[in-house]
Amino acid sequence: MPSPAIAEAAVAPAPMGPAANELLLASRVLPHGIRQADLSVPGIHCGNCVRSIEKALIRLDGVESARVNLSTKRAGVRWRADKSPPPLIETLANLGFESHLHDDGDEPRDGTLTGLIRALAVSGFAAMNIMMLAGSVWAGADPATRDILHWICAGLALPTLLYSGRIFYLSAWKALRYGRTNMDVPISIGITLAFLLSLYDTTQSGEQVYFDASVSLVFFLLIGRTLDHLMRERARTAVKGLARMAPRGALVLHADGVRDYLPVREIEPGMTILLAAGERVPVDAIVLSGTSDLDRSLVSGESVPVAVGPKARLEAGTVNLTGPLTIRAEAFEQDSTLAAMIRLMEVAEGGRSQYRRLADRAAALYSPVVHLTALVTFVGWMALDGDLHQATTIAISVLIITCPCALGLAVPMVQMVAARRLFAAGIMVRDGSALERLVEIDTVAFDKTGTLTLGKPELTNRAGIAPDQLALAAAMAGHSRHPYSVAIARLAQGDEAIEISDIKEVAGFGIEARRAGKLYRLGRADWALTGDKDVSGTVLSSDGALLTKFVFSDRLRPDATGATATLEHQGLALEIISGDQSGMVAAVAGQLGVTSYEGGMLPTEKSARIEALAAAGHKTLMVGDGLNDAPALVAAHVSMAPGSAIDIGRNAADFVFLHQDLSAVPQAIAVARQAQGLVRQNFALAILYNAVALPIAISGHVSPFVAAVAMSGSSIVVVLNALRLSRGGRSAESPTIGATAEATP
Amino acid sequence: MSSLYFLIPISILSGAAGLAIFFWSLRNGQYEDMDGAAERILYEDDEPLPGRSDHRE
Repeated sequence: MPSPAIAEAAVAPAPMGPAANELLLASRVLPHGIRQADLSVPGIHCGNCVRSIEKALIRLDGVESARVNLSTKRAGVRWRADKSPPPLIETLANLGFESHLHDDGDEPRDGTLTGLIRALAVSGFAAMNIMMLAGSVWAGADPATRDILHWICAGLALPTLLYSGRIFYLSAWKALRYGRTNMDVPISIGITLAFLLSLYDTTQSGEQVYFDASVSLVFFLLIGRTLDHLMRERARTAVKGLARMAPRGALVLHADGVRDYLPVREIEPGMTILLAAGERVPVDAIVLSGTSDLDRSLVSGESVPVAVGPKARLEAGTVNLTGPLTIRAEAFEQDSTLAAMIRLMEVAEGGRSQYRRLADRAAALYSPVVHLTALVTFVGWMALDGDLHQATTIAISVLIITCPCALGLAVPMVQMVAARRLFAAGIMVRDGSALERLVEIDTVAFDKTGTLTLGKPELTNRAGIAPDQLALAAAMAGHSRHPYSVAIARLAQGDEAIEISDIKEVAGFGIEARRAGKLYRLGRADWALTGDKDVSGTVLSSDGALLTKFVFSDRLRPDATGATATLEHQGLALEIISGDQSGMVAAVAGQLGVTSYEGGMLPTEKSARIEALAAAGHKTLMVGDGLNDAPALVAAHVSMAPGSAIDIGRNAADFVFLHQDLSAVPQAIAVARQAQGLVRQNFALAILYNAVALPIAISGHVSPFVAAVAMSGSSIVVVLNALRLSRGGRSAESPTIGATAEATP
Repeated sequence: MSSLYFLIPISILSGAAGLAIFFWSLRNGQYEDMDGAAERILYEDDEPLPGRSDHRE
């Protein structure tokens, strides 16, 4: 068996991505021997992308169909199961699209949205027809015709209330069963009483019926309900569709020499795993043989790769960079570092769950007031003239007129428009309440590696390196996956190729190659140099003699400086909490002009810091990407993660931004503040409407006609007001910081 | 007056037909990719309609 320390070096730097096995595990089986996998491709933005992707994918061997969904930025590919999985990720990478496997297989589709849309369509249809018939009654039909029209209205209203109204009935029943009350209780009582009274009046050939009011109430309320659901659903699927960082499986070497690709959850302690370069460590493990470099940036926040050899402990989630390793699993998936972090997150939970959505707070206040008003009105009219029918009619008209149509639309409509605007700017909102919480923050805490920086090192002393040495180093570096090698190789693009031979990557140390009889080494100084022990860092040597040194640093995200400046302009205090060495954190903080920073933080210390801020009365936005940030992301009042974050961190975050640009952070805050302003306006409009309509209803002057006009009018005003947010959106969608800054109050 | 007896059912039935068509389009997946459909018409080649099987979900 050849020493695993010396890797086969003929591999070109390949983009890291899930292998064919991963694709197979993520796909699902369809009838007729077809497999389907869904890929999330965040880079799709136009019809041209759709066309080029579909054309390229359909050309692959075995692919039956490829369909790109531009709205969800996903590609669904079907291929014949008897063929090996087509190289989808690689093909997309060649086209310049980054893609991730979409993980949808194990979760059944949620039918709630379809149910809501059906209920909405039925109530819309019935409302329009009843309005039309009611219109002819208002126009003055003779009593015989009026009765016929009323009976038709009743026939339309009953099935509608049963079918579309059941959403409110069920929710009201659920609340009442637990001894609580919610907005749906007065709604249910209102529409049911209005229907029953109207039915009674119809049998008595009465002049005024409320069928139209009761059905259009259901219609308007369902619009708000559907928007609210759409908003949560879209955000959830969008975030789920991003990269899944944890591996789905690993190549297990059984005792009898059989190799088997097993899903992670089937891996048991004691199993031997062959971990190729470029793969993620599936469970906590110990190295049996082989040496390599380990990228721990997502797990611990360290920006510099760590060299590992036999007996080294590996944490699940770290990436093996340079050499193949044979490792022994030490824990089940559920006991690995990842799972330990989840337990930390559960402990940290609480600060956020105490937050109650604005709409819920309004509802808690609203429904007792409405009940009480209707009751008082009924009692008052009974006392006044003792006419049971009239008192009931007026009490019902109070219930109907105060029904929170406009109020129910006020919040979801604005949040929907805000989420759309953020989506267009590459920011996903997971939850409507996140927008509300984002407005309250006064402090922003950043992680460093991967959040403020890109998490990829760059050569900083390029000017001091002779061009021929750089070209040689680049030619050698092209054969390695080590982040430093990738950084050097990137600089050489376009240069003419340099002839080198006998290329070997010595994992954990560097690369060596021969050229014109000389042995060149690129890598750690103590390995590349003979004798000279004073030099450290990364060097290029020729037969053991120093040629040049390479200095690297992690590059800041584009516009990180602009973004932090804008955040300060927005009146927020900034802070950096990082797991990296203090020196590196200080350098980044200096570049950004952030005075408050701390390095070397453990995950628990990070969340403790956030909790300390909360105890001091601060509300914090945490921006982070790593596994070590996850507890802090949960502990924070509101949180944000870049699309490159580890999946657990992304799931913990309220916002996920897909573009590299850090200006997403101030932009999200600006949009959230604008949205909050509009929500307040909408509440004010809804309350104003009630303040005007309620006295009229109590005094008994609300005819069905007045109720219909007032309800529709207030709802439409609220919707139009919410849409103003999208009109203002055009300027803020431009990538300039100025546009986002101007939106702040 | 008697015209109401057939005009009203006709109007309600045509409304119900519209509702049925909406339900059909919903189940047919016409609302799954609103942005994509708008772009596709610009790029996709015109094809004569064969008895092609449905290729959506």
